[in-house]
Order: sequence, then structure tokens, then C-alpha cells
Amino acid sequence: MSTSETTVESLVGGEYKYGFVTDIDTEVIPKGLSEDVVRLISAKKGEPAWMTEWRLDAYRRWLKMEEPHHWGNLSYPPVDYQDIIYYAAPKNVKPLASLDEVDPELIKTYEKLGIPLREQKLLAGVAVDAIFDSVSVATTFKESLAKEGIIFCPISEALREHPELVRQYLGSVVPVNDNFFAALNSAVFSDGSFVYIPKGVRCPMELSTYFRINTANSGQFERTLIVADEGAYVSYLEGCTAPKRDTNQLHAAVVELVALKGATIKYSTVQNWYAGDAEGKGGIYNFVTKRGKASEDAKISWTQVETGSAITWKYPSVILQGDRSVGEFYSVAVVNGRQQADTGTKMIHVGKDTRSTIVSKGISAGQGNNSYRGLVKVLPRATNARNYTQCDSMLIGSRCGAHTFPYIENQTSTGRIEHEASTSKIGEDQIFYLKQRGLNTENAISMIVNGFCKEVFKELPMEFAVEAQKLLGVSLEGSVG
Amino acid sequence: MTTTYLKDIETVARNGGAKAPWLEALRRQGAERFAATGFPTTRDEDWRFNTLAPLTQAEFQLAPADLGGVTAADVAPFLYAIPGVRTLVFVNGRYAPALSSPGEVPAGVTVRNLAAALGAQHPALEAHLGRYAEPGKGGFTALNTAFVKDGLFVHVEKNVDAGAPIHAVFLSDGKVGNAASHPRSLIVVERGARVAVLESYVGPAGGTYFTNAVTEAVVGDNAHLEHLKIQRESELASHVGTTHIHQGRDSRVTSFAISLGAAFGRNNLDINLDGENIESQMLGLYMGRGRQELDNHTNLLHAHPNCGTREVYKGILDDRAHGIFNGKIYVTPLAQKTDAKQTNRALLLSDTARIDTKPQLEIFADDVKCTHGATVGNLDQLAGFYLQSRGIGGALGRKILVYAFAAEILEEIPYESVRQGLEALVMARLDERGEG
Repeated sequence: MSTSETTVESLVGGEYKYGFVTDIDTEVIPKGLSEDVVRLISAKKGEPAWMTEWRLDAYRRWLKMEEPHHWGNLSYPPVDYQDIIYYAAPKNVKPLASLDEVDPELIKTYEKLGIPLREQKLLAGVAVDAIFDSVSVATTFKESLAKEGIIFCPISEALREHPELVRQYLGSVVPVNDNFFAALNSAVFSDGSFVYIPKGVRCPMELSTYFRINTANSGQFERTLIVADEGAYVSYLEGCTAPKRDTNQLHAAVVELVALKGATIKYSTVQNWYAGDAEGKGGIYNFVTKRGKASEDAKISWTQVETGSAITWKYPSVILQGDRSVGEFYSVAVVNGRQQADTGTKMIHVGKDTRSTIVSKGISAGQGNNSYRGLVKVLPRATNARNYTQCDSMLIGSRCGAHTFPYIENQTSTGRIEHEASTSKIGEDQIFYLKQRGLNTENAISMIVNGFCKEVFKELPMEFAVEAQKLLGVSLEGSVG
Repeated sequence: MTTTYLKDIETVARNGGAKAPWLEALRRQGAERFAATGFPTTRDEDWRFNTLAPLTQAEFQLAPADLGGVTAADVAPFLYAIPGVRTLVFVNGRYAPALSSPGEVPAGVTVRNLAAALGAQHPALEAHLGRYAEPGKGGFTALNTAFVKDGLFVHVEKNVDAGAPIHAVFLSDGKVGNAASHPRSLIVVERGARVAVLESYVGPAGGTYFTNAVTEAVVGDNAHLEHLKIQRESELASHVGTTHIHQGRDSRVTSFAISLGAAFGRNNLDINLDGENIESQMLGLYMGRGRQELDNHTNLLHAHPNCGTREVYKGILDDRAHGIFNGKIYVTPLAQKTDAKQTNRALLLSDTARIDTKPQLEIFADDVKCTHGATVGNLDQLAGFYLQSRGIGGALGRKILVYAFAAEILEEIPYESVRQGLEALVMARLDERGEG
């Protein structure tokens, strides 16, 4: 690892003091995982006894599970789970005095993405002037949210202050024994977010800006739980368009969404973790379990833009439990360099008259491999279920791969399922046309790719749609000679 | 139970068949492979939707070789009046010359049963038999390889047109319960040659037997093969059929797979496009009722540039039938300018019918056009309404729509008598539904 990279990583690894992040300084427990480690994590978080037991239960189940190494269209060396520090307060790096001290490469990327200077400083770990004190911003948000009865806090805080709510829903969508990584997360998660929107309340703002400032550094085992009570509405954005570098190689997050009767949850993700160097060394392994459960008339919509990580293993799913519930999945996944993505969704139709839409756009460049893996399952009771799936792949360069593995399982004659997929090359004539209009090749490709992804971008909250478009351009840089 | 099969394999090995060392080696390879892997289970990705236990747990004995009184009348319902057709009938996996009418073949064409060809040491056998359907590919193919003995053998020398189609009828008499047969066929079409082959797998209603067939077809450069597989087994029987087609440069293949019978019917079709500028078409129709489970697994390997493939598979499922479709298209980095199109559609006529479908694209070349589409659903209400507004309502309207759905495949069958025969079968099934 080059020295400049180390600097950057340590920079971004710096702890955010804004909002709720507990200041534990450089406390580190020894490497490895055992029941004692799980107990220790739970104790450090000041969790109630049932929670400690819950974690231990997950840990014991995890021990009996096998890493799902064989079915994904991915290849990576085995992960040594005893070589990981499961509880480390982020290193307390001294804030830099100004942006001049930040790696110029990083600044260049920020500029390309059009990230405002203030945010650049934040992201790079530069001390921010008092005027833009995100603590106060956060507080303001918190006040206006509290007025509506909305709870939005770190999950560790929620465990202390709203244990009954957390206990009711935690693990109700993704059980502790759901899969290897979910079990691991359940045992050792350090923090994440908890959102509760009361009955009939429409969350007055995108829970995005706030989140971006607050939990940009919530660590490698993140746990998110969002509960929208009857008739509530919330739109939530996770992640960040800015490149994030992190020394934690393994990330195993769990996100659970509970949409009660008539509620709507819109969950958008922009993921741009470090993808590794040109040889694919050092990138993040991103193993995420995301699932939502929709009750009657509820709607859950996942939108994701995945451009980072060496390995992405992620299948945001919706269990359409209630009658007339709706599930949506919009995804753009980009792989370049030696990135590998195996991502898609599962739509499980349980209730009657349920509907789901899947739009997946995969872009492969460099030596990347992109797989769409999806399941549409219609159970016998789910009469009149409807699904529409479209998954398109675009290949840029001749050393990349695009794969689709869609599973369709229908058990009712009234169900209607349509699946369309296509794979094609970026059009030479389109590039030629744009070049003829004065655009260079790189911009032309960026424009064509953005057009290809438009259907997904339009689902993103506005400000992020703009950033995501630019991000795509940056991600594909150097993909054509 | 694999032990029964292993015992049978031993018996066959002792009694011997042909003495050629290469054949013995091939059989031994199959036997060893089967002993090592056994049957697949639902934990294998390729078999996860199948109900395998009834087949793999049951004790199937090797079907008796004697004819047991099968007459021409038993075979007649499964024949088609194609002008000039040459028919070879196999009973329980063994050639039945008395029931066959191989007729005259042009010079340069060999049409025989495999056992006879092995006896005559036809040179194409050692060169091709077992080279494409590798025993390593799965338990059923390995088992078939261990039992290689008889089946259809067709060889067409270069630049020869074999003329009228060859029809191989594999009939299981079902007289002994739980009898297994393992027909093995080889079709070799040399450079620039042309041939049409029909394979029928049939049995009397009520027979509980197991057919484990493997066919290998080698299609040389610029050669043409038309291949129809018609599966009309007893609806209590099990059928696992694997067809491997290996295509050379500029060759053309059209493959039909029609599945109407079997309680458990699995059809594997592997096509390896091993050259440039190849075109292939794969068309399939499966129609299940009762508790039938009909599975079509197609596997298409685009290994070279400028090849075009078209695949259309359609299923009609009634009662508690279970349909499975898995269509894989693999495009290697070399195979630029590939144009692959896959469609698979399923019609569910009852609420208890079930379909699991998985189109699968794996693409490693960038300058390609690959699409696949899958639809699952019941009859189009709008179309039904249209017919109703024209005075055709209820059962008749539905029948017309189901028939039209099937006709897209049947209409492409180039032999009128086969087309009509199958159309009549489809119509009869719809009549039997007898809905009002």
C-alpha cells in the first residue's frame, strides 16, 4: 500500500464527532470472535440482557453455518474471521488544518462529483468551522422530527431508550439465522440507525442529509432497522457518492424494513466503497442482507447505485406479505477494474393482488464481472400477483463479463410474470455521433451510460440523482482506451 | 437406489457386448463415475426444482431384452406417415428388426442400430461415441454410458443428403414394473452433409418404467441437422433424456423437443457452437397435466464469433403439473458478434399448476446481442374477450387460445404428418379437459 493511500485511509477513517457517535477513542479489543467478544460488545453498548442473549444466539448459530462461497458468481480468497477486530472504536485521527493537506487525488474526485467544499472537508476529515456545525444541524433536524413523533437515532441509543420497539421488530424480517453474514452481523453489529415513523405520519424530509453527516462512519457491521407504522411514509438514503476508503475489508451490514398497513418506505443506496487497486487488491468485500416486509397496501421501494467495493453481494428483497402490497427494485451496478458484483433482488409474493417491479441495469467495464441474480416467487395464495422485470446489461471493453441468473417460480395461474433481459455493447455509432457533436470519448460514454440508467436514476431523491450521474462518469473513467 | 444399478452394471460387464477395448473403457468410465457421484440431488443447482426421490430411490431393474410380444399394432400409434421415412423400432432399449422398416438409404449413409454398428466396428464410433456427452457431466449420463449397448446410429458421409427423415422409436413395453432402459444414440453428419432425425420415446399408458436416454450428434462444417425429439412416455413413467449437439463452422441445426408424457420428464439439450458462423434454432413445447413434472434444461455454448441462435420454449400446465425451464446461454470472450435470442413462455391453466423458470445469460464478450424474455401467466383476458365479441365464448374460446399458444411451436415442424399428429394430441388433451 502506498504511503499516500495510507494517509487517505487514515484520514477518512477519522471519527466523526458530529451527532451521536460515541467517543470511545482508541479502544480496541483483541482480534478474533468468541462468546466473550460478543458479550463485551454488548456490554460496551450498555445493552439490556435480552439483547446480549440475542447476539449470543446469533453467534452460536453462525458457528454452525458455512460461508456461502459456492453459489455466488464471485471469486475471492477465503476470509479469516478470527483475523478481524470485531470491536474497534474508529481511530481518533487528528483533524487536518485545511484541505491542502488532503490527498489531491481525492480532492479531484470530489470536484468531479461537485461536492460542496464544506462537505468535502467533512468527508476528508478536515476540521469544520463552527458555522457549519453538523451537531447543530442534526439537532435542528432532530427537533423537527421529534415534533412529529418520529424516532431517528443510532440503534444502540434506540436499544437503551426504546427497547420495546426494537425488541419487537429487530430480526423480524431478517432472522438471526437467515444467512451466514446476517448471523455474523447480528452477533457483532456495532451500530447503525433506527427509524420509527408513527401512524399516519409523513416524514417531512428525506432522512438523507442528516444521515450522511451522521453515520458516514458507522463501521463494518452496520445494522439498520426502519419501521413505518400504519399509513406512514419515509424516504431514506444510505451511503454517499463520495469515494470512501476504509481499512476494514469485510463489511456485513443488515437492513430491515417493516412497512405496516398502508405505509411506504423508500430506501435509496449509493455505495462507493473502495474498490481496490488496479490488481483488485485491498478492496472492500461488501456482503449485505437487505430485506423489507410489506403488510397490506404497503409499499417498499429499493433503489441502489452500486459503484464501489471489490465484491458486492447484495440482494435487497421484499416480502409482499399483505394483500395489495407493492415491491420495487431499481438498481444500477457498475463494475470496472477487477470488481465483482453479484446483486439483484427477491420478490416474494405472499398476499393477493401484490405487484412488483424490477429494473436492473448492469454495466461492466475493464475486467469487471457483473451478475444479476434475482428471484420472483409467487406462492399459491398470491392470486393476481403481477411482476415485471427488466434487466439490461451493457459491456464496455472485451475483458469484462455480464451474467443474469433470474429465477421465476410461479404457483398460481392468475399470476403474471414478465421478464426481459438484454445484453449489448455500448453503441459505436452513438459514441461517434456524440464525438461529432464535440464531446470527447469519455464524456460521450458517460452520457450514453447515463441514458441507459435513466430509469433508475429518476427514482433517486433529486440531489443524489445528480451526484449519481457524475459518479457513474468517474467510475467508468479509463474504461476505454 | 444406486446399488441395484451397480449390480446391473457388473452383470452387463460380465456378459460383455462388443469387445472393443475403447468401448470397455468408456463403459467402465461411466460406471466408475456413477459409482462415485450417484444420482444428483435437489442440492445440485441443476436439479433443485426436481422431485427426484421417486426416481432415484426406486429399485429399477434393467429392462428385459426379449420382446415380450410387442406387435406392430403397439407401435403404430406412435408412427408418422412422413413420405419415405425410415423407421427403426427399439423395445426396452433393444433393436426390434421385426417391427422396423429401415428401407433403402442412399450411398454414403449408414442407418443401423448401435449394437450392429458396434459389431461391424464402424470407424465413426470410436471417434465420436462418448466424446460429447461426457460421463463426468452428471449421474444420469454416466449411468447411460455404463450401459452403452444399443440405440440409433446414423452416419452421413460428407456432402451427402440423407433424404427422407429417419425415425427412431424407443418403446418401453412396461410389462415388467420398474424396468429401466438406457438407449444410446449417435448421429454423425460429416462436412456438408444433411440429415433429419426423429426420436420418439413412447410407452403404453400405465407403464411404470424409466428411460434414461442419451443422444450425441456431431454436425460437421457446413452440415445440416434437423432433430425432433418427441416424448410421449406413459404418464406414470420417468424419462431423463440428454441430447448433446456439437456443431462445426457454418453448420445449421434445428432442434425440436416436444414433451407430452412421463410423470417425471426431463429433457437436457446441450449445444456446443464450435466454429464460426453457425446458426441454431431450439424449439420446445411441453404440456403437463395431472401431477406431471416436465423439465427442460437447455445449455448453449457460444464459443466462436458470428453465431446466431434462436430459442423458443413454451409450456402449458394444467391440474397440479409442474413445469421447469432452465435456459443457459454462455458466451465466451472469443464469441464476438454473437446474436442470441431466447424466449420462454408458460401458460398456467389451473391454480395448482406450478412453473419454475430460470433463463440464464453468462456473457464474457462485449460486442454481442443477447436477449432473453420469460413470461408466465394464464390466458390473455383481452384475447378471450375479443373472441367472445365474435361469438366464440367459453370453452371453445379458451381452447382456441391455448391451441394458438402451442401452434407457434408446432407450426414450425416441417413434416405435415408429424405436425398434424401432434396438433391432434394437443387438441385431444384440451377436449379431455372438458370444461364448460
